[in-house]
Amino acid sequence: MGAVVGTLTMQTKQRRPSRDKTDDELEMTTVCYRPEGLAQLEAQTNFSKQELQILYRGFKNECPSGVVNEETFKHIYAQFFPHGDASMYAHYLFNAFDTTNNGSIKFKDFVMGLSILLRGTLREKLEWTFHLYDINKDGYINREEMTEIVRAIYDMMGKFTYPALKGDVPQQHVDAFFRKMDKNKDGVVTLEEFIIACQEDETMMSSMQLFENVM
Amino acid sequence: MAAGVATWLPFARAAAVGWLPLAKKTMPKPPIDNSSKSDEILYVNVSGVRFQTWKNTLDRYPETLLGSSEKEFFYNEDTQEYFFDRDPEMFRHILNFYRTGKLHYPRNECIQAFDEELAFYGIVPEIIGDCCMEEYRDRKKENQERLAEDTEANEGMDAPLPPNSTSRERLWRAFENPHTSTMALVFYYVTGFFIAVSVIANVVETVPCRPHKGSAKELPCGEKYHLAFFCMDTACVLIFTFEYLMRLFAAPSRCKFMRSVMSVIDVVAIMPYYIGLVMPENEDVSGAFVTLRVFRVFRIFKFSRHSQGLRILGYTLKSCASELGFLLFSLTMAIIIFATVMFYAEKGTKGSTFTSIPASFWYTIVTMTTLGYGDMVPNTIAGKIFGSICSLSGVLVIALPVPVIVSNFSRIYHQNQRADKMRAQQKVRMARIRMAKKGTANAFLQYKEDRNIGDPDGDNSALCVKNRSAFEHQHNHLLHCLEKTTNHEFTNEMNYSELCMTESVGYRTSRSTSLSSHQGAQNNSTGCCPRRARRRAAMRLANSTVSVSRGSVQELDTLHLKTTSIPPQTRSSLNAQMCDMKLNCGDQDFTAAIISIPTPPANSPDESLPPSPAPILGILRNTRATAYTQDSVKISSL
Repeated sequence: MGAVVGTLTMQTKQRRPSRDKTDDELEMTTVCYRPEGLAQLEAQTNFSKQELQILYRGFKNECPSGVVNEETFKHIYAQFFPHGDASMYAHYLFNAFDTTNNGSIKFKDFVMGLSILLRGTLREKLEWTFHLYDINKDGYINREEMTEIVRAIYDMMGKFTYPALKGDVPQQHVDAFFRKMDKNKDGVVTLEEFIIACQEDETMMSSMQLFENVM
Repeated sequence: MAAGVATWLPFARAAAVGWLPLAKKTMPKPPIDNSSKSDEILYVNVSGVRFQTWKNTLDRYPETLLGSSEKEFFYNEDTQEYFFDRDPEMFRHILNFYRTGKLHYPRNECIQAFDEELAFYGIVPEIIGDCCMEEYRDRKKENQERLAEDTEANEGMDAPLPPNSTSRERLWRAFENPHTSTMALVFYYVTGFFIAVSVIANVVETVPCRPHKGSAKELPCGEKYHLAFFCMDTACVLIFTFEYLMRLFAAPSRCKFMRSVMSVIDVVAIMPYYIGLVMPENEDVSGAFVTLRVFRVFRIFKFSRHSQGLRILGYTLKSCASELGFLLFSLTMAIIIFATVMFYAEKGTKGSTFTSIPASFWYTIVTMTTLGYGDMVPNTIAGKIFGSICSLSGVLVIALPVPVIVSNFSRIYHQNQRADKMRAQQKVRMARIRMAKKGTANAFLQYKEDRNIGDPDGDNSALCVKNRSAFEHQHNHLLHCLEKTTNHEFTNEMNYSELCMTESVGYRTSRSTSLSSHQGAQNNSTGCCPRRARRRAAMRLANSTVSVSRGSVQELDTLHLKTTSIPPQTRSSLNAQMCDMKLNCGDQDFTAAIISIPTPPANSPDESLPPSPAPILGILRNTRATAYTQDSVKISSL
């Protein structure tokens, strides 16, 4: 990855006479991340050149430094879901996209994630979703993780819903999910269990196809 | 929504794949995106200067001219470009707004021309970025003030009073604005003349006149022509008393009038005379009486009603009080230090005038202010040394704070203005953010309604659909997917509480989007809203749109207030009185209050939070309720 680091150095005026010939220069480190070439990205993802161009233009406009951090992410999601609190879900989503786990999403991460979601095979999509749910990335989804995710999603709905959120709706949702997914009833869902259970779910399969022409 | 958000929408929609395993229902169909996938470059010709930009850039703000279909009106088929007959320099800024999402105000442009351009292109000035917002507002305010002054000068305050104003109101107006009627003007000049006469008489009566024939002693004129001066004094005091009583009668708020500075001056000016009248001709007391006469000189302050400059000076001093206080304090410190030093330096000298430290104060003050009368001089060497140090430091101590006071005054004055401005701007900002948030929330609900209406009837749906941009469609689809995932629907506050009530009672209340106050019942653990009995009082809140002075409009929507929670951040003094009703009570009256909308931002949001419960400001209607567990008056203002 080409990381271009631009530096301009400024040293504050020193009282000692030996330094007085250095003028004031500004010391700032501005770090810009540039993605790999267009051709490489095209090869690695399922997007065409034009689509990548459009995506990058938008991305660069929003984040001139080339990376998105979590705060921006949460802010964006807050605008999409003004009814409730989208920050937790944005946090989990951010972690799902940030494959390198360094706290920022670069264009490459962004576009790879999108490529899987929009143009990937069914198995790839399901794997991605599994990684989203698996918060601690240990290969298993346990109840706590699932409860967190579901609560985060319900938080986005906000308070004013119909029918009103009575009782512990997220917990019930999680229970239903585990009943469906956890085949061997061992309390965790592995990737294989997840994929098999999803493939059996007709509702979900039909919905999957709807998202293909988002871009 | 902000420009950038549009860029992220495809991403958010793609991420919705993550909801699919959890969804209990099938996802809705996505809207058909008929727009061509590839981006095209548009040509915009503004008075000959050709701009080029991506179509997507302009589409970011669909509610502006360039972002909506309105620009088609300006499309020139022959040259395949959009032609605008406007200022190209200004257009550069407008276009930059689309590109960067921030609108900047060019400092060298006329504020009115800029405003007109913004209005033409359909851009609201509130989105000017922080960097330029202050400058913009300053210029705008300046401009408006100038315009206001001009119109005021033209028409003056000669606007005729409403025809059925009482004589009291007319009188007060005559006093406050002497230019309105000839009588007022005459009175104004007469009082001014008598103030001058009184002051001059005070001055002249102390001048020594030629003594009577046969008497050697020189008398001051006041005693020689005692009767004449007395008559003149009486006349003046009569006029002043008359004026004061008339003002007191005409004042709309007597207490406030009596506390005002001018009326205090009036009273102090005429009091000595009356006290003198009632005072017996007693030798002991008349000495004190004589000193009272000195207060007559306060009559000169009555001139401040006649002079704008004096009033401004008074205001200046008042606002600089802390600086002046500091100056005084530091001077006092220096005086005490130097006086002490000088006293002990000169202590031993014979015949020294520095008899005590307080006596040395006089020397210190005279020296520090570089007056140097010479009535007290040091004789010892040490005394002279310290004396010179005293005079040198005096120059510094006196001369330094004066510019500081001047600049402090200027700074404090502008700072006050700026603080008020910022508060106002902050409120407007928050209001706009809230409005936008509500807008998006409401937009989705509106979309749902339209869709529900449109489904059975294929023709109508097309109309509703057309008015929304592709972005809105996709965003609404995303929210719809979330609904399907959680199997709950979005509603707004009103419908929520309504539906709460209908669930338990089955009484369908008509939806009113206007202001209404609901009486909901308390949420307890068994569920949404157990009700006993309730009656709905439709309160029409003052459904006024308060227009904030600088052009942003805030609408009163619904105000939500619960006894158990702190009222939301509403603007200033919105209070509602809650009556905690016990269950199964007999008839109880309760007054729910509607609050009048406050005038433009005077309070910060912090100050405005009233504790609940708090006394009502305005009472709208008495409603009878048999039993309530909790009253909630819903008002929310933007």
